[in-house]
Amino acid sequence: MIRFKVNGKEKTFDGDPDMPLLWYLRDVAQLTGTKFGCGMSLCGACTVHQNGAAIRSCTTAMKEVGGAEITTIEGIAPMHPVQKAWMEIRVPQCGYCQTGQIMQAIALLKDNKNPSDQDIDTAMSGNLCRCGTYQRIRAAIHQAAKETA
Amino acid sequence: MKLIENVSRQVGGNFSRRGFLQGALASGVFVLGARFIPEPLWAQGETPAPPFEPSLWMSIASDGTVTIVAHRSEMGCGSRTALPLVVADELDADWSKVNIEQALGDPKYGDQDTDGSHSVRSNFDLMRQVGATGRAMLITAAAAQWNVSPKECTTEPHFVVHKSSDRKLGYGEVAAAAAKLPVPKKESVALKQRSEWRYIGKESNALFDLPEIVTGKAIFGMDATMPGMVYAAVEHPPVLGQKIKSYDDKAALKVPGVQKTLTIDTFKPPHQFQPLGGVAVIADNTYAAFKGRKSLKIEWDVKSSPHAVYNSQPFRKTLEATSRQPGKVVRNVGDVDAAFAKGGKIIEAEYYTPHLAHASMEPPVAVAEYRNGKVLAWAPTQNPQAVQETIAGVLGIKKEDVTCHVTLLGGGFGRKSKPDQVAEAAVLSKQLGKPVKVVWSREDDIRFDYFHTVAAMYMKAAVGPDGKPSAWLQRTVYPPIGSTFDASATYALDEMGLGWNNLPFDIPNHRAENGPADFHVRIGWLRSVANVYHAFAIHSFADELAHNANKDSVQYLLDLIGPPRIVKLDLTGDEAEDDKRYPLDTARLRRVVEIAAEKSGWGKRSMGKGCGMGIAAHRSFLTYVATVVEVEVNDRGQVHIPNVWTAVDAGTIVSPDNIRNQFEGAAVFGTSLALFSEITATNGVIDQSNFHNYPITRMNRAPRHIEVHIVESEAPPAGVGEPGLPPVAPAIYNAVFAATGERVRELPLSKTKLG
Repeated sequence: MIRFKVNGKEKTFDGDPDMPLLWYLRDVAQLTGTKFGCGMSLCGACTVHQNGAAIRSCTTAMKEVGGAEITTIEGIAPMHPVQKAWMEIRVPQCGYCQTGQIMQAIALLKDNKNPSDQDIDTAMSGNLCRCGTYQRIRAAIHQAAKETA
Repeated sequence: MKLIENVSRQVGGNFSRRGFLQGALASGVFVLGARFIPEPLWAQGETPAPPFEPSLWMSIASDGTVTIVAHRSEMGCGSRTALPLVVADELDADWSKVNIEQALGDPKYGDQDTDGSHSVRSNFDLMRQVGATGRAMLITAAAAQWNVSPKECTTEPHFVVHKSSDRKLGYGEVAAAAAKLPVPKKESVALKQRSEWRYIGKESNALFDLPEIVTGKAIFGMDATMPGMVYAAVEHPPVLGQKIKSYDDKAALKVPGVQKTLTIDTFKPPHQFQPLGGVAVIADNTYAAFKGRKSLKIEWDVKSSPHAVYNSQPFRKTLEATSRQPGKVVRNVGDVDAAFAKGGKIIEAEYYTPHLAHASMEPPVAVAEYRNGKVLAWAPTQNPQAVQETIAGVLGIKKEDVTCHVTLLGGGFGRKSKPDQVAEAAVLSKQLGKPVKVVWSREDDIRFDYFHTVAAMYMKAAVGPDGKPSAWLQRTVYPPIGSTFDASATYALDEMGLGWNNLPFDIPNHRAENGPADFHVRIGWLRSVANVYHAFAIHSFADELAHNANKDSVQYLLDLIGPPRIVKLDLTGDEAEDDKRYPLDTARLRRVVEIAAEKSGWGKRSMGKGCGMGIAAHRSFLTYVATVVEVEVNDRGQVHIPNVWTAVDAGTIVSPDNIRNQFEGAAVFGTSLALFSEITATNGVIDQSNFHNYPITRMNRAPRHIEVHIVESEAPPAGVGEPGLPPVAPAIYNAVFAATGERVRELPLSKTKLG
C-alpha cells in the first residue's frame, strides 16, 4: 500500500507499483489536467510537482511517490500569477501542453524570482509546444515574475 | 456523468445534463437557423426546437444568455472563437453573455472539415447574416412593445435602445416576442458598417476557452470518458497493409489490469481512414493496456503487403530520377523549350524534402460506444462527418446512426482530419459490448501517421544578361495524397493548387510539371501541405538566381514578382471559384515583401561573422505572406535564429492577436522542419518513434524574437492557420546561405554539416 498526498488530500494506492503517476492521476484519480504527450520525459506535458519540484509524471512510478506531496494543475488555486500572466499574454493556441508548461513555470519561479531569458530557456526547454508558443511563454514568465516580485 | 459535467463547464454555462444533451439551443426561447433552408426560420418560442436540430446557429434565453453554435473544430487556430465572435458582433451581443456550443458532426452544417484554413473565409458572410438577422428582429420586437418605429431604435450590447425616450430593453426581455415575428428577408437586413464592428478585427478578442485551458479544466479528446468504459492499446502492423499470421497473448494476459485481447482486421485497400488493423489489448487503465501490449508476440504475414520494399534512400533516388524526366504539365505560359533553345545562361537545381509526422502534442485518441446498431463517439477530430462516414463504412451501419461529439483538439495540423483511431474504438466496442477508449502512444502517432509526403523538385531557368529569367521550368514528384483514396494514384491533384500551378512571377516562359510516384506509407495533409515543399524549392531557387545575378535578394524577388497586376491563372473547379473572389494580386504580394524587408532593416544592418538574413514570400490559402529570417551560425555549424519578421495580408481579419500567435507558431513549426525533423523508412518500417529521434523545436532553439505585421485590408477574409508556414524554411535556408555561402538544397539542415 502506497500512501501519499495529491493536492493536499491523503491517498492510498495498492495497484501495480510500476504504474506511472501520470496514469494514476488521469485514469484512477480522474485528474485530467495533467496530459500524456510522450511517455519518455521528452515533452513535459505531464509535469506535476513532487514536494514542490517539477517532475515528469509519465516516468515517475507509483512506488516512487510514497510519502510525497503531489500537486497537479487542479491543486493550483486559480488564478495563480502564472495563470494570470498566461491569460494576459494569451499564450495558448491548442492549449494541450500548457498545463505542463504552467506547472514547470511555477516551479521555476519558486526557485528563481527573477529569471533571465537564459534561465527560462534552461528551465523550459524540456516542455514542448507543437503550436510554437514559446515566445509568449517566455513573456508570460517575465510578467508573472514582475507581478510576484 | 463526468464528461457531461466537464463539457458543460467547458462551454461556460450551468447546463443541466438534460440541457446539454438536448443542446442548449433547445432551451433558448429564440432560435435562429440559416443556410440549408431557403430563408432563416425562427423556431416558435412555445415550441421547443428539436434536439440538436442542425440548422440552428444561435439562441437567446429569457435570461439573456446567447448560445452560438461552433460547427468548426478547435485545434488551436481559433475557429471556435472567431465565428461566434462574428455572430455576436452583428447581433450586438455582450460577449460575456455568450456561450459557445460545439456542434455534433452533421452534414446539415455544411462542410465541417476544419482544414484548408477556411473556417472564417467560408463562413464569415453567413455568420454576419445570422447575427444581423437576430438583431433586426430584436429591434422589431422592442419597437412594437414601445409602439415606435424600428427605425428609431438602435442597439448597444445586449440591449435594444430607443434614445429619444431614453428607454431600453434587454435582449432576454424581448427574445420571446422576437421569436414570434416573421423572418425578414436577407436583403432587408442591414449589416453593420465596418466602423461599427465591436469585435471583428479587435485586439480585445481572446480565445473563448482560455480560462479552462490555463486551469486544466478544458476537455480534450484525451480527457473524454464514458461510464463503464475500458481502455485499449493497439499493436499495428509494422508495415502498411500487413495482416496477422498468428499471435500469442499469454504473457499480455498476465499483466495486472489486462482483461483480454481482440483483433482488428487490416483494411482493404485503399486504406482511406479505415483502421490499420492489429491486435488490441483491453485493460482497466491506459498503463495496463500499454504494458500488456509490450508482451504480445505477433507474427505478421510478410507476404500480405507490397510495402516492405520501402527504403527511404533508394526511394529518394527514384524520385530524383523521375524529376529529371518530363512530367505532366499543370501550367504553361509561353514556350519554355524554345526559350531554353535560344541559349543564355542555364541554371539548374534539385531540392529534396523528407516525410514529416504531425506530432501534435495530443496523440490520436477516441472514446466510442456501439449499442443496438448505433455508435456514440467523443473524439478530437477536425472532421466529425468523416467520423460518421468512416465508422458507418467499417461497421456497415448508416452514418446517421453515428453520433460524433467534438472535444477540443490537442493540436491537429491535418492529422486529425483522419479518424482511423475513432473507427478502431467503434470496432472494439462492437466486439466488447461496452464503451472503449483507444489511446495511441507517441510511438504509434509517429510510426503510423498519415505522413507529409516526401518530395523531389527539379528547377531550371534561362537567365539573360540582366540576370532575370526568360524561362523557368519547375517539376515536382512525390507520392500523392490521392493514394490514400485510390491505391493506383501516382500523380498529384489538389496539391498542384498549393503553390505549384500559380507561380506569381513575371516570367514570359514558364512551365510547371508533376511526375508520378508510388506510395508505401499513408500520405496525408500536414499544415499548409504541398506549399511546404513547393515554396522551399521555388524560393530557394529564386534566391539562387538573385545571387547568380549578383543582386540584392529582396530587390530581385520584387523584380521577379514584377509590376502590380492580377496574375491570370488557368484554373478549374473550386480553384477557379476562389480565383474570382480572390484574384492573385501581385500588388498585395509586393506589399508584404516590402513591409517585411523594411521592418527587418533589410540592407541597413551590418551582419557579423556567421550571420545573415534571408527572405521568402508565398501566397497560400489566399493569404499573402513574406518572412525575413536572421540566422547566426556558430563555429560548430549550429544555426540559431535571433529574429523573424513576418508581414501578412489575410484580408479582413477577426482576431488580430490570435493571428499574430498563429504566425509566431508557424515560425516555430517551420524551424522544426527546416532544422530538425525527418521521417524515414527501412523495409517499410518507420525508423523514428518519439521526440528523441523525431525532434521538434524546443524553446532554446526556437526563433528568439518573432514580429508579425498585419496589413490592414478590407479584402474578403483569407486563411491564417497555415499560410505562415511555407516561407519559413526557404527564408531560413536563404539566410544560412547569406551567412555561410553554403547552399543546402534538402530538409532538414541537421542532416547536413550545418544545423
